Amino acid sequence: MNAPSNLPANRVYNYAYLDEQTKRMIRRSILKAIAIPGYQVPFGSREMPVPYGWGTGGIQVTASIIGPDDVYKCIDQGADDTTNAVSIRRFFARVADVATTEQTEEATIIQTRHRIPEAPLQEGQIMVYQVPQPEPLRGLEPRETETRAMHAYEEYGLQYLSLYESVAAYGRIAGGAGYPVLVDERYLMSPSPIPKFDNPKLHQSEALHLFGAGREKRIYAVPPHTDVRSLDFEDYPFEIQSWDEVCALCNCDSSYKDEVILDDDGNRMFVCSDSAYCGERRKQGHSGPLAGHALDQLDQPEDAE
Amino acid sequence: MTAALSLQDIQPGFADPVYDAQRIFRRLMDAMARPGRIVDIDADIVPPVPGLEGLSAIALTLLDFETPVYLPRGEIGEALSGWLRFHCGCPVTTDPQEAVFAILSVTELLPISAFNSGDPKYPDRSTTLLLACPALEGGKHVSLTGPGIKEAAHIAPSGIPDSFWNEVMGDRSQFQLGVDIIMGTSNAVIGLPRTTRINEES
Repeated sequence: MNAPSNLPANRVYNYAYLDEQTKRMIRRSILKAIAIPGYQVPFGSREMPVPYGWGTGGIQVTASIIGPDDVYKCIDQGADDTTNAVSIRRFFARVADVATTEQTEEATIIQTRHRIPEAPLQEGQIMVYQVPQPEPLRGLEPRETETRAMHAYEEYGLQYLSLYESVAAYGRIAGGAGYPVLVDERYLMSPSPIPKFDNPKLHQSEALHLFGAGREKRIYAVPPHTDVRSLDFEDYPFEIQSWDEVCALCNCDSSYKDEVILDDDGNRMFVCSDSAYCGERRKQGHSGPLAGHALDQLDQPEDAE
Repeated sequence: MTAALSLQDIQPGFADPVYDAQRIFRRLMDAMARPGRIVDIDADIVPPVPGLEGLSAIALTLLDFETPVYLPRGEIGEALSGWLRFHCGCPVTTDPQEAVFAILSVTELLPISAFNSGDPKYPDRSTTLLLACPALEGGKHVSLTGPGIKEAAHIAPSGIPDSFWNEVMGDRSQFQLGVDIIMGTSNAVIGLPRTTRINEES
């Protein structure tokens, strides 16, 4: 909290932290990523002031696009108030002089680790994903030279085989996050470890989706109004997760839920993973079976900085 | 072989390189993400060639020592060459295959196949064409479909010869390879990334 401000009169870092040459290089990669939806563009990822795995790819993408007129939202597993989200949000508030928000509707740039907000995205919004492993085929083929050739020649039989083996072993296509998609019927893409619940939100979305993988040095994109199809079989169609329980705090029956263990006696509650969405619903007067629980108070907006 | 620059003749670039580049990049990104939409580029510069404000601002935003640029021959190329070398430090090339960016005018087009359309494993290494048009309306009507376009977009940039549209359609048939195109006037641009499928309207 005591780091120096980065306002124009007293710049400690360049605006938005990265130097201009790095921004240009990343901006060129973003444009090529948009021009070839789902294709992973290699880029010269820089060291960032957080370790790999904490969102270095997403931070570099955001730093290259953000301007003083933007309104920035950052979520981690759907929540605005977790450590990673809070520190990245403060980082950009400080180095890029941007307004921040927790409301999905107000944000122009939404940086996310592993969720797409429940509220529908709008035209003009940009989603920035923090991606640990951009290569959907990496678990099946460890060599980059091979996976690159598989993408070049649209050779995705191995991926279908893997889904088939899952059906043979478990009777369904298993796997809940990072479920592979085909973008514009051409490139196989990892949607990053978002739950497959969120995959349909990528299809024909109003927003632009940018994916940054810092350690793996790849950027890729899904433009608005682009076909994104989750892989499946005719007799084993793609399905998203569903819950028998409603949100214990806001009574929502359609959102993605987190399970929270309450005590040693096995008591638990299911709550919306999207904290801003859940908070908004409670403000509107919705209340679930555990409304008034101590956890109800935890996600009040943090004090303005 | 490049002659020494006469610095007195170099027009200034961005008034504020950081904020101006950011603003122009965002508008350009919007144009590429929503092909066919006419996007106001709001270029607040005085380029060496009048009428090229939009594309010159994009060049200042994206070009540097890593991006060889192909320029048109003649006076326009000369003027741009000195200005870009000074502000961006970019190599100027006469080989279109080597060009990461190319700045062209509709009056002196090269066949699209002259430019680099990328490698099957690295399709991002293709040339991006910055094409200067007299206007983004009033020409032959074409309709666009593909990623970034909800139903169909309709554009009619002027001054584009029929043969060029045919070449672009041919280029688009070899996706994932292809040349990405940004059409621009003094103040607006249309993005035509290689995914955009082009159909002639009768």
